[in-house]
Amino acid sequence: MQGNAAIRKTQDPPDLRRIAAEHGMNAAEFGEMCKILGRDPSACELGVFALMWSEHCSYKSSKVWLKKLPTEGPHVICGPGENAGVIDIGEGASGEKLAAVFKIESHNHPSFIEPYQGAATGVGGILRDVFTMGARPVANLNALRFGAVDHPKTRSLVAGVVAGIGGYGNCVGIPTVAGEVNFHKSYNGNNLVNAMTVGVARQDRIFYARATGVGNPVCYVGSKTGRDGIKGATMASAEFNDNAESQRPTVQVGDPFTEKLLLEACLELMATDAIVAIQDMGAAGLTSSAVEMAGKGGLGIELDLDNVPQRETGMNAYEMMISESQERMLLVLKPGSEEKARDIFRKWELDAVVIGKLTDTGRLVVRHKGGVEADIPLAPLVTRAPVYERPVEDTPKQQPLDPVRYPLPPGMDLGAALEKLVSCPDLCSKLWIIDQYDRHVGTNTVYTGGDASVVRLHGTHRGLAMKVDCTPRYCAADPHEGGKQAVAESWRNITAVGAKPLALTDNMNFGSPEKPRIMGQFAGCIMGIREACLALDYPVVSGNVSFYSETKGEAVQPTPVIGGVGVMEDVSKTARLTHATEGDRLYVIGATAGHIGQSLYLREIHGVEAGSPPPVDLQAERRHGDFVRGLVENGVVRACHDVSDGGLLVAVAELCMAAGCGVDLTASDDSPGFWFGEDQGRYILCLPAGARFPLAEKAKQAGIPVAEIGILGGGDICLGGRSLIPLARLRRSHGRTLPALMGE
Amino acid sequence: MRASVIVFPGSNCDRDVAVALQRACGRRPNMVWHADVRLPESDLVVIPGGFSYGDYLRTGAVAARAPIMREVAAAAKKGVRILGICNGFQVLCETQLLPGVLLRNRDLKFICRTVELDVVNSDSDFTRNWKKGQKLRIPIAHGDGSYFADSGTLKSLNDNGRVALRYCDNPNGSLEDIAGIFSENRRILGLMPHPERAADPELGGSVDGAAVFKSLVQALA
Repeated sequence: MQGNAAIRKTQDPPDLRRIAAEHGMNAAEFGEMCKILGRDPSACELGVFALMWSEHCSYKSSKVWLKKLPTEGPHVICGPGENAGVIDIGEGASGEKLAAVFKIESHNHPSFIEPYQGAATGVGGILRDVFTMGARPVANLNALRFGAVDHPKTRSLVAGVVAGIGGYGNCVGIPTVAGEVNFHKSYNGNNLVNAMTVGVARQDRIFYARATGVGNPVCYVGSKTGRDGIKGATMASAEFNDNAESQRPTVQVGDPFTEKLLLEACLELMATDAIVAIQDMGAAGLTSSAVEMAGKGGLGIELDLDNVPQRETGMNAYEMMISESQERMLLVLKPGSEEKARDIFRKWELDAVVIGKLTDTGRLVVRHKGGVEADIPLAPLVTRAPVYERPVEDTPKQQPLDPVRYPLPPGMDLGAALEKLVSCPDLCSKLWIIDQYDRHVGTNTVYTGGDASVVRLHGTHRGLAMKVDCTPRYCAADPHEGGKQAVAESWRNITAVGAKPLALTDNMNFGSPEKPRIMGQFAGCIMGIREACLALDYPVVSGNVSFYSETKGEAVQPTPVIGGVGVMEDVSKTARLTHATEGDRLYVIGATAGHIGQSLYLREIHGVEAGSPPPVDLQAERRHGDFVRGLVENGVVRACHDVSDGGLLVAVAELCMAAGCGVDLTASDDSPGFWFGEDQGRYILCLPAGARFPLAEKAKQAGIPVAEIGILGGGDICLGGRSLIPLARLRRSHGRTLPALMGE
Repeated sequence: MRASVIVFPGSNCDRDVAVALQRACGRRPNMVWHADVRLPESDLVVIPGGFSYGDYLRTGAVAARAPIMREVAAAAKKGVRILGICNGFQVLCETQLLPGVLLRNRDLKFICRTVELDVVNSDSDFTRNWKKGQKLRIPIAHGDGSYFADSGTLKSLNDNGRVALRYCDNPNGSLEDIAGIFSENRRILGLMPHPERAADPELGGSVDGAAVFKSLVQALA
């Protein structure tokens, strides 16, 4: 055991404080670090503390709030705290018990600086989070937010981010099945890239990060370490100023081919009994993986950096400990398994090298070139990490707006308003993006392009439904209602295809937590999410917080993205928009009050972003959803669609465009509030002509508002027999926006 | 039918095609690792889709030089049927078992889309369950699918009935809308569309691709 005297001193104290500040460490944190060490840190130790205590790794501003989220439920096998959440999804092909392993994570800052690599490595990182737990990834999703379409950076960011997501996921061979894309000026200086992966594992083969067994070898596998991504986690813990471009060297470079090899090699080794614990080297690289594994096991760990595979020469201990080179994992092996691991990784042409061992000292000891570069007690590094109860300032409440004050503008009828809405950037066809993602590899993709996507469990008739959702403009107007709505919409989308929602992962994208106004948004959204999770029995099993999404004081709209997962027993019963056909009767479930505040109608037609967002009645939400799911499961409805952005008429138009069939709407109301209001808890359903199911009666018994609103047929969207707009024209406008934006 | 699927590092449609083969003939194919030097006795060799060796250098270029490809070439000489799908088509062009090359898509973007195809020649062990002129719907998913060959090669392909499939609405800039071609003896088929992705009715989409596997089973049973 090395004493403190043996630590390499590389800096004089004043210099150390300056370097600490550059790493985002404040004076109090610096003092606490010195107290823990009982001396000044070495450069390497400073790097370790700065990374572990960064906002990105420590959740120091969000921790007190995240604790309020409900994380338990009958399906939950492992909640937040591991690499990903784990839920029980029932039986697989041969009766084995299966688990879904999933998480969402942001790569916002890197994707703004270098969109292709930033987005690509975001996908790579979340894939590793899932397969490090023993799950084979079965689907990728993403939630993207870009600045205004007329902002000069938007086009290149869209092109780069989309190509990066596709480039990585397509090559690894994981289908990208769902996502959402919004444009708003609040993202001009900070686009958001949230990537989600869903994997499937056998419940008896789930791997955790907790290391056990003093003396067990610690094995490094995957790509070699370089200087890329140094200080990435620190960058992601600060806001941008004018020189975001100069941070390009902090963005990692992805290699999806190596990721594919790492995935196969890890799963092959996991099928043996060689692994005690495993942790991917994500943000903060070797530092966080070593600290997490040993820390969770209550042990110590010794690393000898001379053995770390390196692709650059002359790297020092500090650089190696904080490098964020991609496609790497750290394993704790059972003694005597080293050869087995080496053989499997050699087959996949990857390095597998023992670089250290577990100890009983409770300390992280890092050796390099014959000297000790770090000697840190692990328990206080974790338990005495800073936790901040930041001041919170509530968002002022907005008043509901009177729809009568926002009639259709002169010269614009319902049809023209509908055309403008379905071709606005948020509602237009995203085919230009989606076509760049391989959605079919794996040959289990049952359904994409609807409310939720469905992926079959390999070798069975069962499936998982999944989707990502958030309505940032609601969250900006009322964080609590917005948080509720994001969860409710996720639950509704999964329900609309006929699946049972089980659990969710959340990606909280906000501005600087040091501003009470932003912290108020965060706290409000968390409490709204909490309320909806409890009411819908829809717990949070994993998540990620990305603060500091602001540039020169301008924060993004609060964007708590919800990634939901549900299960369905028979994928052939999936409700598809494309199943709707001529003669079907169209119904709306749920009450339409014409809530116009924060609606897309208001924003896109009147240029007004105002009012309170539509409130979510969680009890009604649950009642309506359970009713609709039952109808889908029993094969009563031919198609089902949730009513969300753009309101009832947009939902009907989306159904018609997907089905290739017009509609004659019969509702007597022709006010924009009725057709474009965004009241929550609503679905539209198609029942085949002549279906004898007594829908109205059943709904009444269940206390659910239902109204018949039209019959499918013809080539136009009609109201009371009068054409609002030909379907072909609507489709053309819907499809033209994004290619035009991208210069095609 | 004894089928072998070649697995390269970076192949990612190997399992998908194995599932389609098993569905068609009730027998699991051999999965043959790229570094193997011996090919099991086979009636059919499939080179699957994916990103062999990361598509680094050129698509299919490194895979074409893998040890197992000498065996595949020898098998081809003996008349064993060879099916190259997507990346497999690129590999077959790189090994010169098929003529021409596949260039970056015209729009320089990856394209995943179910496309309409025109059956040009149904007279082969791969295509006999389609009809000449039949319109198919099968997904594509590639970044480098723009078929290119010199005019002499194109003429010879046309004159000898070696064009198997053409795109109805050319997605990637392929010359003469070519989506798939045969070898001279029509015992090798390379195509960019993924028939294994259109072979399972439960997925709810087209099942036009199933005919390829059914045809092979009939020919080679």
